[in-house]
Parts: sequence; structure tokens; C-alpha cells
Amino acid sequence: MANPMKIRAAAKDGVTEVKVLMSHEMETGQRKDSSGNLVPAHFITELTATWNGKTVLDAQFGPAVSKNPYLAFKFKGGAKGDKVVVTWKDNKGDSRTDEAAIA
Amino acid sequence: MIKQRREVLKTGGGLGVLGLLAAAGVIKPELALAAWNEGAFKAGTLEKSLAALGAGKPATSGDISINAPDIAENGAVVPIGVSTTLPKVESISILIEKNPDALAATFKLPEGTEANVQTRCKMGQTSNVYALVKADGKFLMAMKEVKVTLGGCGG
Amino acid sequence: MNYRMLSQGLAGACLVLGTLGAGSAQADATTDEIARYREMIADGNPSELFALQGEELWKQKRGPRNASLEQCDLGLGPGVVKGASARLPRYFKDTGRVQDLETRLMTCMETLQGIDPKTIINAAWGKGEREKMQAIVAYVVTESHGEKIDIDMKPPQMKKMYELGKMTFYYRGGPMDFSCATCHGDKDKRIRLQDLPDLRTQAGAAAGWGSWPAYRVSNGQFWTMQHRLNDCFRQQRFPEPIYGSDVTIALSVYMAATGNGGTVMTPGIKR
Repeated sequence: MANPMKIRAAAKDGVTEVKVLMSHEMETGQRKDSSGNLVPAHFITELTATWNGKTVLDAQFGPAVSKNPYLAFKFKGGAKGDKVVVTWKDNKGDSRTDEAAIA
Repeated sequence: MIKQRREVLKTGGGLGVLGLLAAAGVIKPELALAAWNEGAFKAGTLEKSLAALGAGKPATSGDISINAPDIAENGAVVPIGVSTTLPKVESISILIEKNPDALAATFKLPEGTEANVQTRCKMGQTSNVYALVKADGKFLMAMKEVKVTLGGCGG
Repeated sequence: MNYRMLSQGLAGACLVLGTLGAGSAQADATTDEIARYREMIADGNPSELFALQGEELWKQKRGPRNASLEQCDLGLGPGVVKGASARLPRYFKDTGRVQDLETRLMTCMETLQGIDPKTIINAAWGKGEREKMQAIVAYVVTESHGEKIDIDMKPPQMKKMYELGKMTFYYRGGPMDFSCATCHGDKDKRIRLQDLPDLRTQAGAAAGWGSWPAYRVSNGQFWTMQHRLNDCFRQQRFPEPIYGSDVTIALSVYMAATGNGGTVMTPGIKR
């Protein structure tokens, strides 16, 4: 199963900044292993972030996003204790959902 | 058999959360996870990728800034941020001209989300990086060259 | 009479200085941009993902004895993690050995959890129990971020290890007749764009020792100090040292003691 994300969300002056680290190989499908075989592509394709159930970001990734992806964005609103939920899905159908309370 | 069951459980779990949210009426199911734009991500060149995104040949805008280093110490992790002061921003995309497929990431920004995103991308070599912004129904872009160096050992 | 010559000479000198100035300005700009790159990737260090797993492993009941590591004594008393790695390696009376973080964790895993150290010593990097070790290390070193390197050099066993480490640092061998000092025993050395710390000095040792273990962006792996040192041996074309062997601990003692008083920046992030 996929490892948990690290989500940080902090509200300041009416704006919440969200920083997400995801644990994922992000294989491009173009790399060869030590025996010369192509390593199949395996990467996060879609990501959605919600705040109190409202979508605040909808992202799509290609394999060019770095291994263990990092993402930072800001949205208006958000109070201490509110929940930010992030879900990603990859090209093999695996997915992961984690949440954090706004600090 | 066991593996199948695990996959069903995994998928089931994933859908469960989103399904619940959808059922509660908090999010529309189609918003939960939009379908991956395979055509754009596998388009190849910058021109074809722009076309696949429906952007055509966008004009350059001075209101879009790319926050990336001039030189990246390692092409495996190149920090790239895009922000813009343009009003009514609907989406931001990052394209790397010399990558096998130019499109690296695309972000849909609902109202209330600031036009300011940061991520990290792989770059095979020194290349122009493009930030494509769709604002008020119109595509605009900005460009910055990022040099990728070969690292030494250790570090 | 000589005024013209003098002014020409001055102009010439200015030209040379000007050229030199431009050259070093360009080098500075490159160094600045690399520094900016490093700063940009430091926020959101993927080491956090490893530390997250490590913290879970620390608390998880595992091994033949089904116990957690929460009673592990890393030198500051059972269960104290905060600041512990800033004071390692140190001499431990209970084992009668100088231990670095990883060998001390192996002791805890053996005594508390019943996990055979061989399952770590003989594992490959990033595999099995050694992969778990890497995550636990990430967790522990995160809890010393910002502390001062504080190595207790009073025990005679530490002094002995320091001398062994220093000897190893200058020991030349292998097909390339290399020593650690070949690359890390001079000031202002670099390989391509990477400045190499002079590990003989307090500042250099603090910069090197204080920023490992680290996440490596080139391969997306988290490297412990044992892994870092192992790779130094490999790069010198030396035989690989045994995981957790005295020679690796001795090198750590030499570096940590030299860097004493410097700031712990772990977990680091490296190119």
C-alpha cells in the first residue's frame, strides 16, 4: 500500500498555505533497470485537495513530476482546525487519501 | 486471488471516501478526480502539447512569473513555481520544452484558490520552461530558461 | 613625461582587475544560483516522508518480542529522542562500546525487540530491516534539528576511536591511492559544482557531519551516515566496510568531534 503523505496547512491573514509531500516513485517508463529492461511507468496522474469538502485544487501530473512529489498552493479562507484532505491516484489505479488540520 | 481481493479493497476504500463526500453533496463526483488528460501528457513536443491543451499559440504575458532557479544542481528535482496577477485564472500548466513529453503538470484553480503553485519537475537537460495560464477564457504564457548541470559525486 | 605611460599602465591594470572582477562575479552568480536552488528544495524535504514512517516504526510493536523502541536509550535515557543524535557517537557503558546512531539502534532492536542485528548488517541498502533502519534514523535525526553538535570526548574509549578515525581519514590505499583527505583535506576543493568541505577544520566538519543523514534528490533515497560512509569507501575503490563496523564509527567520531559546537541541520537534502 502507498505510504502516507505529509500535509502541512497553515492559515495566515485569511489565506491558507498548503504544502504536500507525497511518497511515490514517479517512474517515467523510460528508465532501464540493471538488467536492461525498461522499468514500467508508474506515476501519480491526478490529485485533488479539498477544504471542508470544497475543492481547492485539482491537479494532473505527468511522469516529469519529481519522485516523492512536492506541491504548494494557497487558497482564501480556512481557519485553525479546519480539515484539508488530499487524494491522489496513480496510473496503476493505486490511490491514497490523507488529511491535516489547518494550523 | 488474494491479490485481487486486496486491489478491490484498495479501490473500494479509495472510492469510499470520495463516494461518501459525493453522496453528502459536498463535491460533485466529476470533480472528485477529473480524468487524466492523456492526449496532452503524451503529446510530445511543446507545440503539440499546447495544441492538445487547446491553447494554440498563446501570447506572452509579463504578468506571469516563473519562480525557478537559473541553474539546477540536479535535473531530477527542479523547483518550479508559477504565479500570476492576471484576474480570473482558471488553470496553470507547466511545460518543459526539451522533455520527451513537454507537459509536466496542470492545475485547475477553483475560485478562491490563489494563482500561485509550486512543484518540482524532472528535466533531462537545459531547457526553456513555459508557464501556461488560462485566465478569463484566454491562454497566455511566460518562459524561463533553466540550466541543468551535471553533479559531482557525494554532496 | 611619464604621466602618459603611467596612465596607460594604470588603464592596463584596471583592465586586468576589471576582467578578474567580471570573472569572479560570474562565479559568484553561479554559486548564488546554486545556493538559491538548494534553498528552494530545502523547504519540503522529502526526508519528512521517511521520518513519518520512522516514527511509526519507533512506536510499533515488532520483532520476536513484540515490543516497540520507545524504551530505547540513545544516550539521554530510555525513550529520549530529542537531541539524542546531536550527542552521538558516544561511549555506552552497557555495551562497553562507542556506538553511532545506527549501531545503538541495532542494540535496542536486539535487546528490546529481539531482532537479530545480522538481519540489518547483511541486508542491502533500502531492503528489509535496513530499510526500516533508514526510516527510524530519519525520525531520530529530525528530532535533533537545530541542536548543537555536542560530542563527549572525555571517555578514553572516545579518544581511542577519534585517533583510529583520524588515521583512517588519512589512510591512502586502493587502486587510485586515495584517502578521505585527498578530497576532504584541503580548503576550497570542489568536484564540478560541488564544494567539498575540508573535514580537518571545525567549520568543514560541522558542515559535512551536520548535514547528514540526508535525502538525495539524484536518486530519491534517504541516506544514513553508514550509507554515506560506505559510499565514500566505494568512491575510493576501497573494499566496502561492514555495516556498523568500528572503522565506520571511528570516522564518525573523528568528524563529529572535529565539528563539535556546529549546528545539526539533519535531515539534510543533497543533490
